Amino acid sequence: MSRRSDQAARRLAGAAPVFAALGDATRLGVMARLCQEGPQSIAHLSEGAGVTRQAVTKHLEALSAAGLVRDHWSGRERIFQLEPRRLELARRELDRISDQWDAAIGRLQAFIEEER
Amino acid sequence: MSASTTDRIEKSVVLRSPRARVWRALSDSAEFGAWFGARFEGPFVEGQTARGRITIPGYDHLTIEIAIVGMEVGRRLSYKWHPYAVDPSVDYSGEPMTLVEFSLEDEGADTKLTVIESGFDQIPLARRAEAYRMNEGGWTAQVKNIAGHVAAK
Repeated sequence: MSRRSDQAARRLAGAAPVFAALGDATRLGVMARLCQEGPQSIAHLSEGAGVTRQAVTKHLEALSAAGLVRDHWSGRERIFQLEPRRLELARRELDRISDQWDAAIGRLQAFIEEER
Repeated sequence: MSASTTDRIEKSVVLRSPRARVWRALSDSAEFGAWFGARFEGPFVEGQTARGRITIPGYDHLTIEIAIVGMEVGRRLSYKWHPYAVDPSVDYSGEPMTLVEFSLEDEGADTKLTVIESGFDQIPLARRAEAYRMNEGGWTAQVKNIAGHVAAK
């Protein structure tokens, strides 16, 4: 196996927790807010989240463990922000299957339309 | 609409053929195989699994199995399969499958085809990484081949 595909495998094995971390409505909501509003404190992210501050903290920890967000302290507040590179990995994986469908649909189109 | 952005893929295309013609290209296993790149042993029957071999050069050592979920004549074909089943020595039967749905709508004299594949979030993540490794570059090259083939006509 070439070094390049070994690297690809490691990269993708590393992407595994990304998919798990995104498979939850609350976590996706938190991600959406970080996308739209930029870096946020836990207190701010908990407003209107519909769950407790403790629950939001737990979700942020899960996202952090998957490398999707990172945090830093600002005074007594813990601020979270997106780590976009990891999201990009997950997207690329789905893009590959998406390309396979484009190719298959292209073949279907050629198959049907060339009869006319 | 799924809550997850990683769970599904959706594609739409308008085909310049009547709906009945497109339906035949989907529901007849020989026709489906001709464009998909597979040779099936028998017809597609609702509730049954159709088995065959991939005929795409470079992938022709692989078998294909699709479990037909629904056939609504002229409208909808759906099946389940293992989207990352790329290693002939692995038994995938215990793993979750994705659902593929083809649906057809009239668009004047033409037909709008929508393909949705969903359920990716349930697939073991190690499998995704492995499939990626085994396929790397293969599909990209193939997309280029097909584009060249179509353009040459």
